[in-house]
Amino acid sequence: MQISLFITCYNDTLFPETGKAVVRVLERLGHEIEFRPAQTCCGQMHYNTGYPHEAASMMRRFLEVFRDAGAICIPSSSCVATIRDHYPKMAAATGDGAMIGEVDALLSRIFEFSELLIDKLGVTDVGAFFPHAVTLHPSCHSLRSLHVGAKPRQLLESVRELRLLDLHDADECCGFGGTFAVKNADVSAAMLSDKMRCILESGAEVCTALDNSCLMHIQGGLARQRSGVRCMHLAEILASTEAGDSR
Amino acid sequence: MNERSEMLEGIRRAIGSRGSDRESDYASIRRGYHQALPIDLPECVHLFVDRLHDYDATVHFCPVEGIAATVAAVLSGRRKHSLLVPPQLPPDWMPSNFEFIRDTGLSYGHIDRSEGVLTGCAIAIAATGTIVLRHSAGEGRRALTLIPDYHLCVVFEHQIVGTVPEGIRLMSEFGRAPITTISGPSATADIEMTRIKGVHGPRTLDVILVA
Amino acid sequence: MSIRVGDAAEAPSFPRAARALLGNTQLRQNVRRATEVIRNRRARVVGELSDWEQLRQAGHEIKQHTLQYLDFYLEQFEEACTRAGGQVHWARDADEANAIILSILGARQAREVIKVKTMTSDEIGLNHALEAAGITPYETDLADLIVQLGDDRPSHIVVPALHRNRMEVRDIFLRKMHLRELGDKPEDLTNAARAYLREKFLRVGVAISGANFAVAETGSVCVVESEGNGRMCVSLPEVLITLVGIEKVIPRFEDLEVFLQTLPRSATGERMNPYNSIWTGIVPGDGPQEFHVVLLDNGRTKVLADTESRETLDCIRCGACLNACPVYRQTGGHAYGSMYSGPIGAILTPQLQSLEHSESLPYASSLCGACYEVCPVKINIPEILLHLRAKVTAAGDAPFEERVGMEAAAFVFEDPDMLALAQKLSRIAQKPFERDGVIRHLPGMLSGWTAFRDLTPIPKQSFREWWNERESQRGDQ
Repeated sequence: MQISLFITCYNDTLFPETGKAVVRVLERLGHEIEFRPAQTCCGQMHYNTGYPHEAASMMRRFLEVFRDAGAICIPSSSCVATIRDHYPKMAAATGDGAMIGEVDALLSRIFEFSELLIDKLGVTDVGAFFPHAVTLHPSCHSLRSLHVGAKPRQLLESVRELRLLDLHDADECCGFGGTFAVKNADVSAAMLSDKMRCILESGAEVCTALDNSCLMHIQGGLARQRSGVRCMHLAEILASTEAGDSR
Repeated sequence: MNERSEMLEGIRRAIGSRGSDRESDYASIRRGYHQALPIDLPECVHLFVDRLHDYDATVHFCPVEGIAATVAAVLSGRRKHSLLVPPQLPPDWMPSNFEFIRDTGLSYGHIDRSEGVLTGCAIAIAATGTIVLRHSAGEGRRALTLIPDYHLCVVFEHQIVGTVPEGIRLMSEFGRAPITTISGPSATADIEMTRIKGVHGPRTLDVILVA
Repeated sequence: MSIRVGDAAEAPSFPRAARALLGNTQLRQNVRRATEVIRNRRARVVGELSDWEQLRQAGHEIKQHTLQYLDFYLEQFEEACTRAGGQVHWARDADEANAIILSILGARQAREVIKVKTMTSDEIGLNHALEAAGITPYETDLADLIVQLGDDRPSHIVVPALHRNRMEVRDIFLRKMHLRELGDKPEDLTNAARAYLREKFLRVGVAISGANFAVAETGSVCVVESEGNGRMCVSLPEVLITLVGIEKVIPRFEDLEVFLQTLPRSATGERMNPYNSIWTGIVPGDGPQEFHVVLLDNGRTKVLADTESRETLDCIRCGACLNACPVYRQTGGHAYGSMYSGPIGAILTPQLQSLEHSESLPYASSLCGACYEVCPVKINIPEILLHLRAKVTAAGDAPFEERVGMEAAAFVFEDPDMLALAQKLSRIAQKPFERDGVIRHLPGMLSGWTAFRDLTPIPKQSFREWWNERESQRGDQ
């Protein structure tokens, strides 16, 4: 199947390894990946911080770039949530009937990475090998907007040699929240310290999630504490094989 | 009234145009929740008792002809000798050898000094263990079941309904009578979330369930 | 107009207030423990209802319908309540409501009133107004009493003194009730409150209450409570004044069948709270023989006018969103500068009063969505937060640094070449801050990030650069 990748501005700039991992996993499964270079950002940061007009112009670009794409893979549940939860509203606000229709037609083609694997491609075992103790942080958007449920767990449970450890208070927000982490830095840090405590108590070497944004925040705190626990996007774990690490 | 018309005018302006008429809009509210429970009366009674136990209320069982005897047994167990009763409590609920004082406009102070109160109720709701008073002459005015520290309430099995919707349906027919619903003894968890039985209402609630 | 929400207009910004509170170990322990207890109880009793989602939906639709015809239902309530012997007053703002209540009390020459938990009275600053007129208000809800005697502020919608532990309560009671000795067990403290208040219940002739629901069809008022202080207040005094926000009206008596299931389960995690009082006007020979209802607007019409956030008025004040909120659980309620705290406070306070007085509140959320998930009337709080954020920026009230940053980012995202260039430039710009492969300090607004977290520098190659490289290599093959 041909799959178009929306890498997200964030992964593009800060987490290229996640993008490479997505490509590696999907190609390993025999799919063809395309990357449309005209893509930039979904508009999440602007929309969530109170700049809907700026976000709307990013939505317009997104619609244009992916108009004729088939399945679109997005390795970030918060970006998928922005598209699913807010694009319809943003389009409606323009009053542009064609745009409303376009958003409508887009939604069924949008897949978060774990959704793509399980719902669209029907695989849970992607042939990964990862001999480490891992815990999963189910990010808020994946949990309460995408309702991915057990999907990431199913994928992790199928990875050979991976020991999946429970995370206490897993469904608690890590405190990232986009610009929240900057505008309310103290409260964000307090929430992060709770999350880190749970991660460290889980005994995991690696904390994974469907969102690099949460992971950057968690990783930043864990590194500042010199905890030795590292964060990795789910795609990077799934990309690992006996032949070598994803990196 | 200036404030009144200004407020209403402001509200109408804020609402703007309305799509449909009120009655049909109200009728379109989706009420997909359960109206009744798929259980029979014995199960309903069982559930009610279970809920009362959850609230730490004590439940005693008796046949219709055994109410007075059960009241006597309960009061002896509680070491009580004298209770207040509403003006029209059935006389055959009151055993001899105990004092029953009819509330014919007793002062709050008098009620406060009493050992407790014996009443009936209007209906009961199994799912939530709720006793409903409509403060009729057999249940007494509101102060009577509020100020005393002890409430002994007689509930008939046929008064028990399964769910809150069933209970509300019946309550909607009480007219302008004041309604008090009681689900266990008065309680608070305001200090460190520790549940304490009994703040201002009766601290002890005993129920006699009549078959 | 003097619309106000307590003294929230003078409150410090959320981040500033929060910073101070985060240092209060005792408060954080208390808040954490209390919210955890209620959350667990709520989860248990909500979990046993297979029709919970349908109840939420029905509650939402009933409220939305009511708001759509609010003028009709208020008039219907007034008519029914008046017919049953009540007197209905209309107050556009806090001052008008206080004046109405003071004139009722003045006519009776009342020097004291007993009060049952009414946040609406906190909203209009009623106790201040009463005290200024020489009238002593006695709060009768245990937590409200703790707050009042401690000269404190409520920190939770349902459990206003949850930030206090038993030792603190004991000290307050010893001092203010003039007691010689008092144990520190919750039972001891509760008994002290019982003794202190009982005399007042039996003696004071006027009570002020709020209302959980006002039924338009019948003119009935419903007060939901646990301790019995509500029953005392609404059924013992000769005069009862009930202060009702206009959004508290519901169309029909049978609509209670929804809210009396969802409210107790959401608020205290009980299947049903110990007591509900429902009364209609005046009942000869039973309870108050003079009954006043004050219908309060105080900014609610403004909320009603904004269709994007109108559902804020659906709120039944259960406090479930507070207990679920990871932000609230860190700071407690005082950070929100209002008696309406937590997620609902973050959307209600800025809408009731002017946004400029509380523009930090819509940002007091990580948008995790836990509030929406538990809300028994399905208020989409995250959506409304975003709507209010857009209003803050549209009013030009966003910080300068943020605005410039957002505009620059928007400009960059207009063009992929510009994005690629920005990625390159950022890699150069981060150099001065990078040490041994880590960024430990950034200037300006971003310093909030590096104060608590390390930052991994932007990698040497972006994804799109890698992709282009790979494509060109493939092309070469």
